[in-house]
Amino acid sequence: MTHVLSMLVENHQGVLSRIAGLFSGRGYNLESITAGVTTDSQVSRITLVCKGDDNVIDQIKKQLNKLIDVIKVTDLSPLASLHREVALIKVRAKPNQRGEVFQVADVFRARVLDVGIDSMVLEVTGSSDKIDNFIAVLQPYSIREVARSGLISMERGRKQSSPPPQQRKGASEKLNDDFKITIA
Amino acid sequence: MKISGAELFIKALKAEGVKHLFGFPGGVVIPVFDALYSEPEIKVILTRHEQGAVHAADGYARSTGKTGVCLVTSGPGATNTVTGIATANFDSVPIVCFTGQVSRSMIGNDAFQEADIVGITRPITKHNYLVLDRKDLGRILKEAFTIANSGRPGPVLVDLPKDVILEKGDDEYPAKVAIRGYNPVLKGHPNQIKRAAGVLKKARKPLFYVGGGIHIAGAVELFRKAVKKTGVPVVHSLMGIGAVPGDDPLALGMLGMHGTYLANMAVTHSDLLFAIGNRFDDRATGDLSKFAPEAKIVHIDQDPVSISRNVPVEVPIVGDAHQVLEQLLPLLEAPKIDEWLEQIAGWRKEHPLEVHTGTDSGADPDGHLRPDTVIQTICRVFPDAIIATEVGQNQMWTSLFFTFRHPRSLLTSGGLGTMGYGFPAAIGAQIANPDKRVIDIAGDGSIQMNIQELATAVQNRLPVIVAILNNGYLGMVRQWQELFFDRRYSSTCLITGAECPPQCKGPGDHCPVYHPDFVKLAEAYGAVGLRVTKDRDIEPALAEAGRIKDRPIFIDFLVEREFNVFPMVAPGAGNSEMMFSEGGES
Repeated sequence: MTHVLSMLVENHQGVLSRIAGLFSGRGYNLESITAGVTTDSQVSRITLVCKGDDNVIDQIKKQLNKLIDVIKVTDLSPLASLHREVALIKVRAKPNQRGEVFQVADVFRARVLDVGIDSMVLEVTGSSDKIDNFIAVLQPYSIREVARSGLISMERGRKQSSPPPQQRKGASEKLNDDFKITIA
Repeated sequence: MKISGAELFIKALKAEGVKHLFGFPGGVVIPVFDALYSEPEIKVILTRHEQGAVHAADGYARSTGKTGVCLVTSGPGATNTVTGIATANFDSVPIVCFTGQVSRSMIGNDAFQEADIVGITRPITKHNYLVLDRKDLGRILKEAFTIANSGRPGPVLVDLPKDVILEKGDDEYPAKVAIRGYNPVLKGHPNQIKRAAGVLKKARKPLFYVGGGIHIAGAVELFRKAVKKTGVPVVHSLMGIGAVPGDDPLALGMLGMHGTYLANMAVTHSDLLFAIGNRFDDRATGDLSKFAPEAKIVHIDQDPVSISRNVPVEVPIVGDAHQVLEQLLPLLEAPKIDEWLEQIAGWRKEHPLEVHTGTDSGADPDGHLRPDTVIQTICRVFPDAIIATEVGQNQMWTSLFFTFRHPRSLLTSGGLGTMGYGFPAAIGAQIANPDKRVIDIAGDGSIQMNIQELATAVQNRLPVIVAILNNGYLGMVRQWQELFFDRRYSSTCLITGAECPPQCKGPGDHCPVYHPDFVKLAEAYGAVGLRVTKDRDIEPALAEAGRIKDRPIFIDFLVEREFNVFPMVAPGAGNSEMMFSEGGES
């Protein structure tokens, strides 16, 4: 099953490499990974999409938690959460096809970023499913290039998962969360 | 006050109570060694290879629980530490390894002796650091020592660029650091502990199954109390050896591939495995589908990752073994297990461990020694020694035939299985324990993997005894070739010469002379070399070695060449499917 893990990590050099290395070294399946800073410049958020059975996902979460630079791991899959991805898609479109492409783009609320003599670049935002569909619908126009951002995600509601900047949030909480998962 | 990075490094070592540092100098770390030159409080042990330095720090740490420290240069100095670090990481040994690095401006330019050691060691350290800013140095040094020896311990590497070492800056070494991503859970969850005590009381066929975590947490004494209070028998992993005295009636021995029949049968038939400080490693469990099929499992471990990874766990408890046992002990009650103890006594009679205590009758026609006789004699002469082993047959024979009675008395590379570990580890242990006898039980293959450390032992007047069980083979691989590859001894004979037939299937009169001559080799280094070929000479040779206090002693025991480690669970088989001889199964 696919899981979306949202993590807060120390904004140190090498953190992304530690996480990517964990996946490659232990043979876990990593589908996408995105990173960016949070409101606290010392903390980054990494969102990753991974696949595996319950045991594997349990191990992945524990192994991530074990990394010293990882402050908190949240599995967004069982929670009510929002997921978005951005894609840029370049299609071949002769002048007589442009109208059709515009129409399709309109249905998917995609934006046209660029129009060339025989090509167009479209930008679409949405769930990964929606983007897959959009790409499928564009197939007849011969897709030249696709760039996808990977997923970014957030839990619904008022809950805040960034640590307040000054408060050194104990990792005991992190491990306790993990522990609950273990005994559930 | 402004001080150099090197001076702050010295300050940190002193604050951490570091008395010994294992190292090897090189270009970029000259300023650090220079700062150590006038430091009488910190003794630098110069090894002959960086791998030896890390293993020595490892042996120092395993035998005491204190953090082992090493210091090496950049590039090849750093990469030579990799095997030592991975060994320590696998067995949760607290080490802080300092490596030099080229100056910050040169990093990434393929400078002379540059290696991305932080990148290389990322998967084999508990954590590692490249210090890019002199103002972070004090904090990073403190974090390194904190992380290495807390929670589940492990190696931490700190990479020090030359210009950071030289740069003057803050002299503060913090007394404490808070690391928000790191705060190990030490106390067990009270409800879980109640549940654990409850299932133990109700069990009819319970077993304690203990691993290295019991030594690491310093929980041996508490654990022995728990055994006494409940009367529950104990099996252990290789790393758990010494948790209970090997001759205790409730000690069933080691489980797994080269465990005892008794331990493996007990595990297979138990209805409760009460596991403390282990990780259900494949060498211990064998075929998982046949592992303890009827047992519920309680698992106490410091590392949540180890829990429910290989076997599903009924009652998981994350915590430090010492603290959890402290919480658990008052709740423990003795279960009713008389029938179970009878059943166990039956297995004990069925296949007792074969014992050859040392008369000439036990020897093969060529008069070669039996390794079990040698090890049992070592045990008789030095019952309280710290024993290091190399890896392979020597290691398994030691675990079977030496009766360990004390915690932290066996130093062995359990997880990574590193040949060449034992001798430098014994050197580290001897430095940490000058009043104890330290013995490395080695094979003739393994000992050659770090034999250069003889010079270190001689130079430091360390009376480490190296008992070489010399069979002229890489014995464990040869054993597998004999059992599973039709005796095709491919690249395992260490005696082979140009005159040997291309497909030799075993030893005989045709064999050439063995090289090196370990006696002459020891003497060439300024150590003592002895050779033993007869049973009756084993004990006198050990006694002679025991009288020597100022030099290492190599004893070359010429053992039966094709002697195998039995009992054995074939790879992929279940623990109850044991072989007792070359052809036999249970």
